[in-house]
Amino acid sequence: MSLARRPLPPLVDRLLLPLVNLVIAFAVAGLVVLAIGENPLEAVTIMLRGALGYPEGIGFTLYYATDFVLAGLAVAVAFQAGLFNIGGEGQASLGGLGVAFVCLAFDGAPWWLVAPFAVAAAALFGAAWAFVPAWAQARRGSHVVITSIMFNYLAATLMVWLLVEVIGKTGAMSPETRMFAEATRLPSLRDLVLPLGLDLGRSPLNPMVFVAALACVFVWVLIWRTRLGYEIRTVGKNPTAAVYAGIDPGHVVIVSMLIAGALAGLLAVNEVMGSQHRLVLDFVGGAGFVGIAVALMGRSHPVGVVLAALLFGVLYQGGAELAFEKPKISRDMVVVIQALVILFAGALEHMGRPLLARIFAPRRRIAGGAA
Amino acid sequence: MDLAGFLDLAAPVAGSGIRLAVPLVFAALAGLWSERSGVVDIGLEGKMLAAAFAAAAAASAFHSPWVGLAAGILAALALALVHGFASVTWAGNQIVSGMAVNFLAAGLTVLLGQVWYGEGGRTPQLAPGERFRALDLDLGLAALFGPGFGRLWSEAVAGHNVLVYLAFAVVPLTWWVLARTRFGLRLRAVGDAPHAVDTAGVSVASLRWRAVVIAGVLCGCAGAYLSIAQSAGFVRDMTAGKGFIALAALVFAKWRPVGVLATCLLFGGLDAVAIRLQGTPLPGIGTVPVQVFQALPYLLTVVLLAGFIGRAVPPRASGIPYTKDR
Repeated sequence: MSLARRPLPPLVDRLLLPLVNLVIAFAVAGLVVLAIGENPLEAVTIMLRGALGYPEGIGFTLYYATDFVLAGLAVAVAFQAGLFNIGGEGQASLGGLGVAFVCLAFDGAPWWLVAPFAVAAAALFGAAWAFVPAWAQARRGSHVVITSIMFNYLAATLMVWLLVEVIGKTGAMSPETRMFAEATRLPSLRDLVLPLGLDLGRSPLNPMVFVAALACVFVWVLIWRTRLGYEIRTVGKNPTAAVYAGIDPGHVVIVSMLIAGALAGLLAVNEVMGSQHRLVLDFVGGAGFVGIAVALMGRSHPVGVVLAALLFGVLYQGGAELAFEKPKISRDMVVVIQALVILFAGALEHMGRPLLARIFAPRRRIAGGAA
Repeated sequence: MDLAGFLDLAAPVAGSGIRLAVPLVFAALAGLWSERSGVVDIGLEGKMLAAAFAAAAAASAFHSPWVGLAAGILAALALALVHGFASVTWAGNQIVSGMAVNFLAAGLTVLLGQVWYGEGGRTPQLAPGERFRALDLDLGLAALFGPGFGRLWSEAVAGHNVLVYLAFAVVPLTWWVLARTRFGLRLRAVGDAPHAVDTAGVSVASLRWRAVVIAGVLCGCAGAYLSIAQSAGFVRDMTAGKGFIALAALVFAKWRPVGVLATCLLFGGLDAVAIRLQGTPLPGIGTVPVQVFQALPYLLTVVLLAGFIGRAVPPRASGIPYTKDR
């Protein structure tokens, strides 16, 4: 057996290897900053100060992290079933449509009355958009990745058409709906933490951060403590064995993609009802794709997803501050870091393995020949 | 309306459809090479984008479209090497690697563009001499053909830039190499049954690497076409999903070169018709929203993949990393 596939001790496999991959990704990102002619250490300091150094920055960081937790879980649940949900972007867009419908229908009603319906609509619309690719994979044998990519673009065209021709505000500069009434918007958490001496300022941190936390618990219970979760993991590891165990892989594919789509859809509540207060074009802004990096980095486990989402929250908020102070390092640097994380923690995850195997897995341990 | 009148009307649309199809043809053929060897490539978009940026930057720096083309090919090649390194050498997940390539290109092009030119990722406007311009291949035939067909000749056949003709030449070349040479046979075999190829003593990795490199070169042409032939410079997110439409075209063409050409012409034509019909009501139907035409390629591909119109079956081993000792 080659070094690359020798089993590592669990702690090394689950913690050290991802950490090594992450360090490589950030080292390469540092080289990019150097190449631009800036000091990477200074850049990191500015980012950390901007993201965590004062309450308003923390508020923004947590607000971004809310998006990324939900997007990351949407990818992670599908990963557990052996599926690559690349369609989070489209699912979240449709979720936003659901939120906008609810908020505009109950415009003026108090937010705590509207929020449950908005959350339900977001989840329903997101799940519905995930259904067709899931069904096509499960019952018609087409590949969920390709179909999901197509559905991302279909969602984008659908949103343009709806916002321009159907539900958009007439006479607006850009395609968007009218603003929701003040009372219907999700409130900022500013007033909640102000007594603690923390001023979140203008950060749009809202109650959805708690929903995201609940979603993590839900996913953990679902995947590791329920019958369905067991089926999902079985299909993800070995669909053939699942059939012998009496599991219908097609059914599991559809159900897990519906859950994934619903989670991605929830992200729209944070954005549309919590921050933008209207439906605008491309409000998802790539958060669905960040979910891929988050799930890969977090190893598709809720705890990992939370940590990775916080890191990306820091990157997004810190990146904005960095672009402000160092105009040469535009916010696109975050996209580069995202790419490097996907590359080194995802596609090249096995690269560090032989080295670690040499250190942590002596040869005699492979006598059993586990794959 | 008589025939000549109709042709006069249709010719510009046909010409623009062909020009819109060219980047799709290059990119879809790139995907075809890669996927027929068993390496799924959703990074077409990123490689095109990087090539478009590099081509525009080099063409403006060296005042030559040919240097631009070479730079575009090199940039796409660099990303192809990343994809090959991750998915062939390290047997990583090909979808994940493709995503990384896409984001790497999306981030780096704007980041570098901002550092070098400070215009939000835009490259300087190219002068006419720095771009691939339309060739004069009229040969006096337009006058000979008369009004209708003459217009069609000059709009749709003659008078494109050199990359358009190159795209049309690469299609039969791809077909010939894949169908008629030993290299092509082995390449197709490695996409369907890598174990058999390995057993025959031929290196799976080396074949897949060569396919990935060819895909990089073709993506380079696609990207360069966008920024230094079709337009006069690079703008942020210039590809705007064309890499994914090319992927759709590849699926739609069932991974065959001639089918790729036909599908890309269809998708390019749809695009041209959408532009022509913008705001013009159709008799009996009324105004068709432009989004209907934009959505059609994606919709058709989904329907085809689900097996409702024919069956699109990818190469059997595509997407599966090959490891020797399994």
